[in-house]
Amino acid sequence: MTATGHWDLRLYVAGHTEKSVRAINNLKRICKEHLEGRYTIEVIDLIEKPQLAAGDQIVALPTLVRRLPEPIKKILGDLSDQERVLVGLDVRPQA
Amino acid sequence: MRAARRLPEQSKGSRLRPDAFTMDKLDHATRKSRSTCARERLRLIDQLQKVPTGIRGLDELTGGGLPAGRPTLVCGGPGCGKTLLAITFLVHGAVDHGQPGLLVSFDERIADLTVNVASLGFDLADLQRRKLLATDYVRIDRQEMHETGEYDLEALFIRLGHAVQTVGARRVVLDTIDTLFAGIPNEAIVRSELRRLFDWLKDRQLSTVITAERGEGSLTRHGIEEYVSDCVILLDHRIVDDLSTRRLRVVKYRGTSHGTNEYPFTIDDQGITVLPITSTRLAHAATDETVSSGVSELDAMLGRGGHFRGSSIMLSGGPGTGKTTIGASFADRTCSRGERCLYFAFEESPSQLVRNMRSAGVDLRPWIDQGLLLVQSSRPSLGGLEMHLALMLKAVQDFSPSAVVVDPLSALVASGMHYQTASMAVRLADYLKSNMVTALYISLQDQEGPSGLDISSIMDTWIVVRNERTDRELSRRLHIVKSRGMDHSSAVRRMEITGSGVQLTDLALGATQAEQSGR
Repeated sequence: MTATGHWDLRLYVAGHTEKSVRAINNLKRICKEHLEGRYTIEVIDLIEKPQLAAGDQIVALPTLVRRLPEPIKKILGDLSDQERVLVGLDVRPQA
Repeated sequence: MRAARRLPEQSKGSRLRPDAFTMDKLDHATRKSRSTCARERLRLIDQLQKVPTGIRGLDELTGGGLPAGRPTLVCGGPGCGKTLLAITFLVHGAVDHGQPGLLVSFDERIADLTVNVASLGFDLADLQRRKLLATDYVRIDRQEMHETGEYDLEALFIRLGHAVQTVGARRVVLDTIDTLFAGIPNEAIVRSELRRLFDWLKDRQLSTVITAERGEGSLTRHGIEEYVSDCVILLDHRIVDDLSTRRLRVVKYRGTSHGTNEYPFTIDDQGITVLPITSTRLAHAATDETVSSGVSELDAMLGRGGHFRGSSIMLSGGPGTGKTTIGASFADRTCSRGERCLYFAFEESPSQLVRNMRSAGVDLRPWIDQGLLLVQSSRPSLGGLEMHLALMLKAVQDFSPSAVVVDPLSALVASGMHYQTASMAVRLADYLKSNMVTALYISLQDQEGPSGLDISSIMDTWIVVRNERTDRELSRRLHIVKSRGMDHSSAVRRMEITGSGVQLTDLALGATQAEQSGR
């Protein structure tokens, strides 16, 4: 389907909370399994850089912003529901 | 969701509270200079500190403003003035109290808001440059959102915290909070986070105005009122008898006695003005100086040679009892002293008034020509009651008369509801009184006793004229119901309109004359 091209991903978290760590680990695992060699991940800790929250209109945490492929999508949560993450990333078509 | 509570929040209170305390003290000091010592003592006893909104009328009816360091909910339907009230609160704090503010808009872009409030003289961009205002436009697009597990709204808190810090904000506006419900897919998360948000604001002692949409059968569409326990204000914009009417009600204000009625309010180039029914400021300067009523015999009846300058006089009576003639005589006498008089004639044009009064022996024309008398004729039904009050106050400001005649006050009833008219009369009377303008309010009233407008209590003097029908003739009677601070006559006098104005005679004498002339 759309499983071609490059995935430009930005993950917003706040500090090293359980939820943050879980989201980071889940994202790394999913990308490794499904997007090997076709992704970049940038993790932004808003505790350190609060001024960056407004730019991407971040309200919820954790939020994964899929900057590419377009359109921009915001995937909320700790990314523990792998199937929904794959749908959100457009790796897998919506059921 | 619960994990959110464990996020770094612990060190907040100790660091921010002393600062908040100093700011409140500062604010207190500013007010001190303007209020009397007695009032100040009362305020100190009152543990609940308040922050003034700068909205005329609202600060009066809440006894000083909104609760300091706490959230206030302002709810209402679309276009009712919520955003304007909120922004006024921010701008007033920044400009007049040195309290920087944070404006968080969930609905409109800051640039659009800036343009919208520019007509009120609010320069948001300038305040931002002067570090008195921080802004954040929070746009939440549900189409972009995709849920994949646990989350909270911590980023919103981080944004707020960051913005508050950049200017040292003491006042915050969140406009309108409902957007969170529309944007975030999980309502349970929004609710638990809202509760946390209000606690967060309170912990930081931020005086906050949160706006919310009015709901069907409840104050707000999403029941936000259950999270705010301190102060809830409801705004309403409705059409009554084809007239646009705005009202404000303080639904709840913990720890403060407040007016619970609905108060009309206006939005114009002066911003929001709330019109409280009872005058809360009774600090009018009283004077012993009197001015003539325009009728020599009436001056004598009043006991002090006339009305006190700056007092409010009501003159009521049925149709054809000569009320306007007394009003015109009052205007005539005022102008003959070289003072200005403003005459609101709601039922006659200026030229009609002049012609009719000339036949009663009162010539107003020279005073109009000399610029001492201004007759304003306009039907109150045009433009609604609020607009009318605004225009009347503006005319008073522009002309700065020493006396005003409102003829008749009852004409305003047709333009709105009784309650509003009464409330407006109080507002007008309050304004004139505090400016030492002597005001004569003419009221058309068929019956004796309380009129449809229960405003006699705010009047210093109440004079009644009526027609008396005997077997022989129809004649007029005049008596003084009350006149505060004067040992006035309680006699009923016979009133005649002659070619040289109004004349009052003793009833007994009048009867004798009538008998004599009958013979």
